[in-house]
Amino acid sequence: MTPALAVPTAVVDLLVPAPLSAAAVADRAVPTALVVVARQPLVTSPLVRHLAEQHDIDLTRVAGTGTGGAITRHDVENASRLAGGPLHRTNRPTSPRARRLATQLGVDLARIEHGSGPKGSIIGADVLARPRPDSKTPRPLQEVFASDLSPGRDPLRSADAATARTANMRRRTAALMARSKREIPHYFLSTEIDMSEAIGWVRDTNATRFVTERLLAAALLLRAVVIAALEVPETNGHWVDDEFRPASGVHLGVAVSMRGGGLIAPCIADAHTRSLDELMSALRDVVGRVRTGRLRSGDLVDPTITVTNLGDQGATAVFGVIYPPQVALAGFGKIVERPWAEHGLLGVRPIVVATVSADHRASDGQSGSRFLNRIDTHLQAPEKL
Amino acid sequence: MSPVEPMMTTEHARHLQHQMLRIRRFEERCVELYSAAKIRGFLHLYVGEEAVAVGVMEALAAQDAVVATYREHGHALARGVSAGSVMAEMFGKVEGCSRGRGGSMHLFDVATRFYGGNAIVAGGLPIAVGLALAAKMQGQPIVTACFFGEGAMAEGEFHESMNLSALWRLPVLWCCENNFYAMGTALARSESETNLAVKAASYEMPAWTVDGMDVVAVEAAATNAVDAIRNGGGPHFLELRTYRFRAHSMYDPERYRDKAEVERWKERDPITMLEARGLVDASTIAELEAAVSAEIDAAVAFAEAGSLERIEDLTRFVVSEVGAP
Amino acid sequence: MKTTYREALRAGLRDALLRDERVFLMGEDVGAYGGCFAVSLGLFEEFGPERVRDTPLSESAFVGAGIGAAIGGMRPIVELMTVNFSLLALDQIVNNAATLLHMSGGQCHVPVVIRTTTGAGRQLAAQHSHSFEGWYAHIPGLRVLAPATLEDARGMLWTALQSPDPVMIFEHGALLGMDGELADDAGAVEIDHAAIRRSGTDVTLITYGGTLHKTLAAAEALAAEGVSAEVIDLRTLRPLDDATIMESVGRTHRAVIVDEGWRSGSVSAEISARIMEQAFYELDAPVGRVCTAEIPIPYAKQLEEAALPQVPAIMAAVHDVLGRMSTSVDGVPVLAETH
Repeated sequence: MTPALAVPTAVVDLLVPAPLSAAAVADRAVPTALVVVARQPLVTSPLVRHLAEQHDIDLTRVAGTGTGGAITRHDVENASRLAGGPLHRTNRPTSPRARRLATQLGVDLARIEHGSGPKGSIIGADVLARPRPDSKTPRPLQEVFASDLSPGRDPLRSADAATARTANMRRRTAALMARSKREIPHYFLSTEIDMSEAIGWVRDTNATRFVTERLLAAALLLRAVVIAALEVPETNGHWVDDEFRPASGVHLGVAVSMRGGGLIAPCIADAHTRSLDELMSALRDVVGRVRTGRLRSGDLVDPTITVTNLGDQGATAVFGVIYPPQVALAGFGKIVERPWAEHGLLGVRPIVVATVSADHRASDGQSGSRFLNRIDTHLQAPEKL
Repeated sequence: MSPVEPMMTTEHARHLQHQMLRIRRFEERCVELYSAAKIRGFLHLYVGEEAVAVGVMEALAAQDAVVATYREHGHALARGVSAGSVMAEMFGKVEGCSRGRGGSMHLFDVATRFYGGNAIVAGGLPIAVGLALAAKMQGQPIVTACFFGEGAMAEGEFHESMNLSALWRLPVLWCCENNFYAMGTALARSESETNLAVKAASYEMPAWTVDGMDVVAVEAAATNAVDAIRNGGGPHFLELRTYRFRAHSMYDPERYRDKAEVERWKERDPITMLEARGLVDASTIAELEAAVSAEIDAAVAFAEAGSLERIEDLTRFVVSEVGAP
Repeated sequence: MKTTYREALRAGLRDALLRDERVFLMGEDVGAYGGCFAVSLGLFEEFGPERVRDTPLSESAFVGAGIGAAIGGMRPIVELMTVNFSLLALDQIVNNAATLLHMSGGQCHVPVVIRTTTGAGRQLAAQHSHSFEGWYAHIPGLRVLAPATLEDARGMLWTALQSPDPVMIFEHGALLGMDGELADDAGAVEIDHAAIRRSGTDVTLITYGGTLHKTLAAAEALAAEGVSAEVIDLRTLRPLDDATIMESVGRTHRAVIVDEGWRSGSVSAEISARIMEQAFYELDAPVGRVCTAEIPIPYAKQLEEAALPQVPAIMAAVHDVLGRMSTSVDGVPVLAETH
């Protein structure tokens, strides 16, 4: 498996504001954000742990949004919802120390079969005896940055180390992108999409919503890409061992720039199962976590397709570099007002240039065109998204 | 048996009148300030009983020690604790004699050997035994005066302390302020023997009953007793019969006594009784009133201007700080 | 030199009387009788009736007198025959000794030392056997000591006398006859820290006073089972030495508290709460407790023994926190409270 890193070209910010609480710490967290991926929150109340047990949520995979990185009840409920609800219950008693160690070391408590403490509870020694990280679940980023993940070191402590890591990250990005350009025969397509309907619908919808529940146009773009990727399967999957392996669902990579430099493309897993609102919420969460340096391992599974969105500070069009082993990357420029002719009439409309960079080994221009057209079609009927 | 009164000079009568007026006017101002919510908590007024504190304090020397009750504004003022620091204490200010930690019931001033306002009835008596024991063991001619109400005489600590002080012939002057009511319980309803001096005398110590409304009589009795104690005579007991003109505290509706009874006692107001001796003329009294008024104004101004202890210092004085003896 | 806990206490008293003329001992039968438990035997003859002062049975008055004498410049040592009798002086201890400094805004220091015998184990029944040191440890303004070793019996008193504030020393009655070796030059000891009496890695046993030796015996028996138990002697119940407790629990990740007081509202409850507050994420098991059964101490020997923390109950509590099956020892039923 190869890491999912961002294209070094013009990929910049999404149209997603960071959550208020996250913004306050964003600047401080930025330089070491990638490293912080492994720096899980230490603080969790007994109530939250109980809830996590009920919902079978592995707290090592949940990023805390509470004070000092504490995992809140809301975080667990959110994680449970994203995970599709409780899968199975264990309710195995686990000592506070064992939970702390598991969190720090990234050990999945559910995989420890025998506890050696009172009443069969899992204790610290059981966690320490467990190899880590769990080799059965590939975590590309953690492997790549394994050298940064040794326990007992707080990566935030050393500014020198942070600088070194930033440079390291840049080298790795360079290697990845060079490989992409070397190995993947890219082709590029673009189309202009009228965003009047989409923007109008967003405005009308938001008018009746509470601030925290409001949508951004970016969510519609993502949702349109997800559906289009399902409809045009040759854009969605991986090129491995000289053959294309289409994916059954969509794990959507979202390129996010980090303040202070650097790119990361965390993943919204199983994006095809999420409604527009859920996608919006996931987008908010994942961007917030990037900004606060609290990415969790679930954010780092391999996407099947990636979107890059320049946002309103960007250029009008982006032709990105595909993240190997994916086979397509959708791009959106900033939404701009343009003269627009339709049915013989001229008007001013908000326009976005949608592009796709695709792997010619997996698809051809016809597929790519169909992909862009499907996106366009969906954006003209936003109420159905 | 009654002690002999000393020769009373005009100058001394003026001094006694001044002290009683200080206490009376100070507490009257306290009532106003309580109504104005400047003073909170319990406020027990001494009005009517001033002759007791003033008369006894006259008999004491600087090295002597005093232990008082929670109705102790008068004792503190008569002992020489400044009106400003007492008022500031009631305002809860750092400049208060107990830094605002004690309030009305817990005035302390080690400099004048004033060891408190004790708000546990009879709780101060064993401490007085100890202060006297220390003086005796150190061979110092120090007398400890301990004030308590007649209500304390029903407490076990009273009997334990009487016995111990008499047994060890300790230099204590026991001053029972018999105002006839333990809060609202009349003496006859709480004591089998209402002649309190007789009770004390059973511990083999000299015990006198004194008119506590007559400051001259109180001073005379206390002076005789203190002299005897200082000369190794062991503890002495004074029952000082007095009366509280005001309610027990600011929360007392006074259902337990007749207004007529209060009025009868007011005819024996210690301040007017001293005036009646004719030793202090009207113009002198006017002068004293003006001086007292000025002193209290200054005390209130001092308290008003005082500072509040910082919350960060909340936990100070639970254990001694570095450099304590 | 070979000595006993009682003799070590007496040596401490004698040393204090010799070194500081402000020091005097006062209490019921401390003088001519030689002390109810013979602790002060011989001191009356050596120092005379002024400095080894018999009092009437007036706990409140003579404790209060100790407070007053301390304010008056003396360094009194007040002996209360047993901790049960100290309740007759509770007013003086709590309302005066502990409050005067604060109530006076820092003016009135009360350097009094109050000694008393505590604890059960001698078939003295319910009015001579209780352990109220935990109550006193509740009171801000008091310092509460519990010597459990010959060194502490010998050395705590002098250090307590140097305190400008009231100190209570609880001497366990069942330890009076305990003998052992004490250095010839044994003297004052510090009273600020708990002591680790036995090092271990698997569980921290926290105790004080009379149960220290039972706890050490339990630790020895546990060692035979392959369990390495650390034993902390609190020594001072107020202020508690949190640092030593948490440091140890941080290493062993398990704690059992052994307290001869009743469980409800006890020192053990306080320590358990502090471990939860300060070392929750170090714990591999709930904190265990072994306390006295919640009854007045009975007279009959087998009942008294069953009521008190004993070695099997301590071992059972350790087994619980280690997640092992508890083994019964000699078929003795374990009735002491173990939770």
